[in-house]
Order: sequence, then structure tokens, then C-alpha cells
Amino acid sequence: MDHFPTNWGRPRNDAFDAYGTYPIHQRPNNVKDTFAEGVQHTQQPIVTGTSVLAIKYKDGIMMAADNLASYGSLARFRDVQRLHAVGNHTVLGASGDMSDFQYIRSLLDDLVIEEFTEQDEHTLGPAEIHEYLSQLMYARRSKLNPLWNSLLVGGYKDGKRFLAYVDLLGTTYSASTIATGYGSYIAQPLLRKAVEGREDTLTELEAQAILEESLLVLFYRDARSLDKYQIAKVTEGGVAISESMALKTSWSFAEGIRGYGAQTQ
Amino acid sequence: MFRNTYDSDNTVFSPQGRLHQVEYALEAVKQGSAAVGLRSKTHAILLALKRSTGELASYQQKMYRIDDHIGIAIAGLTSDARVLSNFMRQQAMAERMIYNRPIPANRLVSSIADKAQVNTQEYGRRPYGVGFLVIGFDKTGPHLYEFSPSGNSYEYFAMSIGARSQSAKTYLEKNFESFADCSLEELITHGLHALRETLQQDKELSIKNTSIGILGPGGAHETGITAQGNFRILEDDKIDVYLQSMVPKEVEAPTVTVPPPAAGDDDVQMGDN
Repeated sequence: MDHFPTNWGRPRNDAFDAYGTYPIHQRPNNVKDTFAEGVQHTQQPIVTGTSVLAIKYKDGIMMAADNLASYGSLARFRDVQRLHAVGNHTVLGASGDMSDFQYIRSLLDDLVIEEFTEQDEHTLGPAEIHEYLSQLMYARRSKLNPLWNSLLVGGYKDGKRFLAYVDLLGTTYSASTIATGYGSYIAQPLLRKAVEGREDTLTELEAQAILEESLLVLFYRDARSLDKYQIAKVTEGGVAISESMALKTSWSFAEGIRGYGAQTQ
Repeated sequence: MFRNTYDSDNTVFSPQGRLHQVEYALEAVKQGSAAVGLRSKTHAILLALKRSTGELASYQQKMYRIDDHIGIAIAGLTSDARVLSNFMRQQAMAERMIYNRPIPANRLVSSIADKAQVNTQEYGRRPYGVGFLVIGFDKTGPHLYEFSPSGNSYEYFAMSIGARSQSAKTYLEKNFESFADCSLEELITHGLHALRETLQQDKELSIKNTSIGILGPGGAHETGITAQGNFRILEDDKIDVYLQSMVPKEVEAPTVTVPPPAAGDDDVQMGDN
């Protein structure tokens, strides 16, 4: 008999042998979770953005990224915004897979909406956003299903500047100049030379100049970059992302190269 | 007259529009020994009267540290208090882990208030039988909140809960305007005077039955407190110096002692304490 009062008066489960008296044959239970079987783990990024650059300057943070989302070697989407404002204190710049960036953007937008509904003076600043993203990225990496991005989080809150990096492996670090992708090889030395030691005196114009110079060098050297870009500025007054601007390149040196210029072989 | 037929299920209103189960839960809070909370511009403190079952027994713990910047004093069912304070600690830790920031005290209190409300609306669940006084520190300064099993939470300048807490409230109402500019020692003295009002005739505050919880920069009698003034609980010998600072009972002007509300009284209102 079944001694549990909760089971009295209810349909019996004859397949359950409470006293283990004999082996019970059970019908095969082939419940397939077809959806779960179709879920794939990220193996490679598809539509990608290239470098993002960011520096600390006198009034806050400046971040720059071009407007290109490449499809392998094809310059597919040429008006993509890779800088995203999160609340009034933070800007997020993403390189890597753009669909994963869109997913991260929707998560962060949900956070900002939740924060808004609290209607108290506490708001999420760049440090909190960065911590949240670090936990997210590392957790995804540990499930072998990463969000394939390198992200820069920059912001200004309560009189303090914040600039940090987090990527698909969950690696984080913070410095007064940071760059992702090719920028970390080509632009970083230029940014460091111009900024390090002078973070508190670097003016807005100087900051913009060094970022534009770095983007120019990157356009010359990075085959997956574009000469159309935006610059984001985060200061006491909030987040401002500029309109798209064009880089002034000079290809006149090509005149002197055989096969490129006017002269033939 | 209708009280008995409408009071066994949480999900049944009385004809007067009251939930008697929730009101009985508030009674459980009133059975607990008194706790007093008050704040100034710089500090927030909790004072609690500890009970013991007899000479041989230890005194029941009335205060819990939730995080560096949040502490609570309880009145009511201690087992319910442990469960809720554990939940609060988890929320506080999760906020630090995910967002790298101390949880704003008002949000933490809202989260347990919402949790308690579920128990007042689902069939088969009973309300929590414990009330809290919560003190917290954030960038806007110190705060004091009361949480009750009805799911209500309010912020206060000063408050008291538990047995004979009305007497303490009377003292607090008379003096609260001076609290904002008090030093830590003055604030504690006020709190002890308020707590003393809740004592029965022949009892007195001693180092054994009193505990003090403090948030804010270290006071004159404290050493080794961090700059932001992490929550600490003072008990036993440490509070002797504060007990000495109290004005002896005989010298005080006679205070109006309000008789405790009679049990089973239909005038008991939900949402108050």
C-alpha cells in the first residue's frame, strides 16, 4: 500500500515500486526537446565591427568608432552606430559580432528602464554597467557560448571618470587609453604618447585631434575599416554622440608608385 | 461579530474590508520586545531590548548585519526574521556581485516588502510574523525604514516597534526635532531614553539586555571604525558608557504612559503598528 496520505484518492502510479520488490519495465520515454537540440553555440563572429578607441581627458571620456559592419571582407553595412549611450553617465563601444552587440544593447536598455521605474536618486553608472557586463561575458564564456565582442565602457559620474574594457573571454582591464582590435596594436602607442600623464590637462580639442589622427592611421592600415566615424563624449553634462564625420585622407603618395600612379611599368 | 468567520483564510476579506490574518501577523510583531530606531544628519542607530527565557538562558539576538552599510533590528518571530534577513543578505551580495555597488537601502526594503506582500495574497501561505527596523547608508546620508508583515514599508526620522512601543514613540515624537544635529553619543542617549519607556515597572536597561546598532563615523567612545562607518553592533561591556549617560529615571519629568492596546480589539487597524 501507499503510505503517503497525499497520494490517497489520486490516480496510482503503478510504475513506482515503493518497496523495490521487483524490476519494473517502463515504457521508453522519448520526449525530445527539439528546440534545445537546435540551439547552437557561437563558433565565429559573422557581421563584425573593427577597432574602438577611447581616452580620458580633462572633462571626461572620449570614445571613437567607425560606422562599418563588415561581412567578412565585404564592407557590408556602412552606417552602423557602434557607440551606444547607457543612461546619462555611460557610453558603450563595441567591436566584434554586431548581432551580439545588439543583444547586449537590448539587455542594457532593459536595465536602464528598470532603473527608471525605481524613481529614486540611485542610477547605474559606468562602474556598475562594466561590472554587469563583466559578469555577463565571463558567464557566457564559461558556458562555451560567448558573446563575441570586445567592449569599451566609458563614463563620468559623481565627478569621476571611468574607462574600462571587457571582452568575449571575460578579461577586464582599466586604463586612461584603451583600444580594441587593430587599434590595440596601431593606435594604442599613439594614444598613450599623447594622453598618458596629461589626462587632467588634455583639452577637448586635443582629445578629439588625437582620436581622429588614430582613426586616420587605422583607415590607412586596417583593411576592414571605414573613413566614416563618430565620436562620443561623456562629461558632467551627460553623453553626447556626434553625427557621422568623414576622415580627410591623402592618397597623393600613390602617384609615385608604379602600377598605382600615372606612370606605367 | 464577523471576525471569527473571516479570519482563518488569508484570501478572505472581512465585511469591513480587512484581512484579519495580516492583522494577527501585526499582533505577532507587537508581542516581540521593543526596538527603537532614530537618525541624525550623520548617523543612524538602532536600539533593542533583548529578552531571555530565564536566569540560565542567554538573551535573544535582536540585530543582524545585512551588509557594511545596512543593519536591522527585529521584533516578532525570530525564525521568520532569520529567513528574511538571509534573503536580504543575498540581495545585498547579488547587487555587489553584479553591479559592484552597495545596494540602495530603499530598494532592499522594497524587495522584502514585495516579498511579504505575496504572503498576504496567496492562498495557503501565512504572512511573515516579524517586523524590522532597517537602517541604511547611501550617498544621500543615513536612512531609517520600518518593514511590517503587511508588506508596507515607510521611511522615518525615528520609529519604534514591539511590545509597549507606543511609550517609546511618545518620547520620540516629543524630541525628534533635535535629532538631526545630535552627535552620536547624544543620539544614543535619546534612543536609550526612548527604549527605557518600553520597560515594565521593575525592569531596567542593563548591559545584558540592551544592544545598540550604529551606522556612521566612529564616536568618541569607539576605536577602529572605518571612514564610511560600517554597521556595528555594540553589546555587553561596550554599552556601559552609554547607559551611564542616561538621565536617572527619578529626575525625569513624568512621561505619559499609554496603556498597550487591548488584544482582540476591533479597533486594530491594518497598515499601522
